[in-house]
Amino acid sequence: MSLRSFRRGRLPETRRDGTGLSARVTTRRGDFVLDVAVDVAPGEVVAVLGPNGSGKSTLLGTLAGLHAPEGARVTLGGRTLTDTAAGVAVPAHRRRIGLLSQQALLFPHLSARDNVAFGPRCAGRGRRAAAAAALGCLAEVGVADLADRRPSALSGGQAQRVAIARALAVEPDLLLLDEPFAALDVDAAPAVRSVLRRVVRDTGQTTLLVTHDVLDAVVLADRLVVLAGGRVVEQGPTAEVLARPRSAFAARIAGLDLVPGTASAEGLVTPDGGSVHGTASEAVAPGEPAVAVFAPSAVAVHRERPGGSPRNVLPVRLAALEPRGEVVRLRAAASPAGPPWADGLAADVTPAAVAELGVEPGDDLWFAVKATEVSVHPRRR
Amino acid sequence: MTRAGPRPARRGTVGLALPWPVWVPAVIGFGLIAVPVAGLVVRTDWRDLAALVTTDAARDALWLSLRTGLASTVLCLLLGTPLALVLARSRLPGLPVLRSVVLLPLVLPPVVGGLTLLFLLGRTGPVGQWLAGFGVTVPFSTAAVVIAQTFVAMPFLVVSLEGALRTAGERYEVVAATLGASPLTALRRVTIPVVLPGLVSGSVLAFARALGEFGATIAFAGNLQGTTQTLPLLIYIQSQNDLDGAVAMSLVLVVVAVLVIVATRTRDVSGVR
Repeated sequence: MSLRSFRRGRLPETRRDGTGLSARVTTRRGDFVLDVAVDVAPGEVVAVLGPNGSGKSTLLGTLAGLHAPEGARVTLGGRTLTDTAAGVAVPAHRRRIGLLSQQALLFPHLSARDNVAFGPRCAGRGRRAAAAAALGCLAEVGVADLADRRPSALSGGQAQRVAIARALAVEPDLLLLDEPFAALDVDAAPAVRSVLRRVVRDTGQTTLLVTHDVLDAVVLADRLVVLAGGRVVEQGPTAEVLARPRSAFAARIAGLDLVPGTASAEGLVTPDGGSVHGTASEAVAPGEPAVAVFAPSAVAVHRERPGGSPRNVLPVRLAALEPRGEVVRLRAAASPAGPPWADGLAADVTPAAVAELGVEPGDDLWFAVKATEVSVHPRRR
Repeated sequence: MTRAGPRPARRGTVGLALPWPVWVPAVIGFGLIAVPVAGLVVRTDWRDLAALVTTDAARDALWLSLRTGLASTVLCLLLGTPLALVLARSRLPGLPVLRSVVLLPLVLPPVVGGLTLLFLLGRTGPVGQWLAGFGVTVPFSTAAVVIAQTFVAMPFLVVSLEGALRTAGERYEVVAATLGASPLTALRRVTIPVVLPGLVSGSVLAFARALGEFGATIAFAGNLQGTTQTLPLLIYIQSQNDLDGAVAMSLVLVVVAVLVIVATRTRDVSGVR
């Protein structure tokens, strides 16, 4: 049984009335003031990005019903969960809000199957039905063969897959993801991220992701909300915010060059028909929406079209020079002779190289990136 | 199945050398505990052992000790588990004061504990008088033995369980809540199973303490064969006139104590899953 059919089979009265999540939280801790409004439409995945201390965890705790801030109003699917003005505070277990955090936190005394069956059992399903549903969910995340294992016998990646199955088995109205891959080692993270992306998309799960890893947001989120100093400094479609960051923090986290398009055998095809050569870092089928990612430090800058090995060479017009510590960031705009998606790309070069090139804003330049420096990730829409 | 939790170091681990001043006092300390017990074994009259530990008084005392020890352990579980939960999880004001009160029997001489119980529940005591109105007399009954043992043993369970609860933290309960578990369901299906090793070792400690209880029992329950004369009381009485009998009886308690320790140690190694 797949997750999707499991969800269809159950709870026909599920309260999805098309209103999604609407949250407004204001609270004060010493000098720090958190004042945030976040909305998530049904089926939408929104990523909240922010540095440490930006109020992300307070926001999550308030939504999950674990914190009681000074001022908050949270509605989900037409139900009021928190309203400090009216004295409403629905307890965590009646919110229908799931939580997946860094640690899998599987109940150590239960097998993987019983961990996943825990939620359906709490919802009043019979032992056998819950166990069968749990097995279906485990199969959906690719660990059905581990159903009888205890958590202590699972690897970090396996445990996090079980935790994903457990969180989705209760069909929450909202799923909260709290840096869900931060504790996984670099080898396990892409596979788990790709599983989570697939099940979230397949089930149309309304999701709020909190992260400081821009890649999580790129892969999972439709929309990005950037938090800094306790307030929303920027929000919009993921690709748009990252391509044209308007806040300092967004610019810093967007310290990666992103080129949206669709996956191809060589790497990526851009909407204008151009191509970016690179290697897929996690499973992505040709034709699927994808994004090519590379570091600005991997970009070589030339006055004339370079010869030799780089596979990705594009003409750009220099928009700005931004000094950042040891390097200078060259921010590109689209050149009439080049692809439109070059707009916003960054290249980090040494001050010596800038002097040697003698560049100024408005100059026409060439950006070159080796194919081995470009990774291709799947993305939402 | 692999097990998390502490495991003894095995071949291949090279420990750092202990500084020499540690060894001498360590050996003396070990001897202080081991030599008297060994002496007890040597001193035992093995030929008459069976006869000595099966006298009427001995059998009554052993049976009474086991019954009251188990009863007070159950009482400790029923009262001490909620108490530990309150101490570990609630946000009551004055919690440190509450905790100090609960730990009082650990530092109080048991005789003093027995006397306070007598003042409270004795025929002239405030609660005792009220109970007498219903024809209930607590002191110098088997119930008094159980109450005295519970009084001295409960802190062991509470301390052990509160430690386990604090180590486990609230994170599993939070997960359970986000999965739709009510607080009672989370307690039953998550919290208690997670701290079960702590609960078991706490109960074993409480049982052992109840079994060895002397001072509070003699002050509050007296020394009546078959009703309130537990094994430690009988041993003390016998040591005044029949030393062989006392030694034989002591050996029985030592054996029970060793069994209890073995039971807890095995839990420590394999119980934390």
